[in-house]
Amino acid sequence: MKPIEVLYFAWIRERIGHPKEQWTTKANTAAELVVELCQRGPEYQAAFRDLAAIRVAINQEMVPLDSPIKEGCEVAFFPPMTGG
Amino acid sequence: MAIKVQSNAFDAGEELDRFMTCHDGVGAVVNFVGIVRSNSDDEPVDKLVIEHYPGMTEASLQRIVDEAEKRWSLKNCLVIHRYGELSPGEAIMMVAVQTAHRQAAFEAANFLMDYLKSRAAFWKKEYRAGASEWVKSRHEDDVAAQKWQDENR
Repeated sequence: MKPIEVLYFAWIRERIGHPKEQWTTKANTAAELVVELCQRGPEYQAAFRDLAAIRVAINQEMVPLDSPIKEGCEVAFFPPMTGG
Repeated sequence: MAIKVQSNAFDAGEELDRFMTCHDGVGAVVNFVGIVRSNSDDEPVDKLVIEHYPGMTEASLQRIVDEAEKRWSLKNCLVIHRYGELSPGEAIMMVAVQTAHRQAAFEAANFLMDYLKSRAAFWKKEYRAGASEWVKSRHEDDVAAQKWQDENR
């Protein structure tokens, strides 16, 4: 079990209902974390329904969904960026 | 080189004035300012709210500027991007570059804009006609950013 911090942005944050949380996970990858979070309730399922529309960053760097999660890391989920 | 991520409004004219203090060898300055449109899909826009990821946003902008510096010989570079609530007509962001020659200045500014669209950690939400909607990322923006990567191969 690894303590991590999970952050949500834009419509993912709105669907889940809060911007961040401390979480203790068994997940080894970001993809496994998504599956684990979805077991917590319908708000998480609504947020993660379309994985193609979701990007992930670990310790503030964009990474593929199958990237490993380590103890104490910061995992963020957000839609594609719309800057400029 | 300067990167500013801020909620406060900025005066693009004043920023450009300050940026015009040129180093030796500068022969060109290109400046772009993005403005909140007053209309979107033929409906008046009430406001734009921009969300960001403190820390990662600055890091993503720095990576974009670093990449531009690798590709062109920039004498100086300025990126300003706002977050929070913006009204139509307000400046959202600004990029300015100084180079020795015109072509590099235009190209570098264009590159910075293409990358900012899809690789800087900002998310826009548009409010119009009493409703709000997250701005969708545009496929054209991804293609524009990808084009620079392909050219680099």
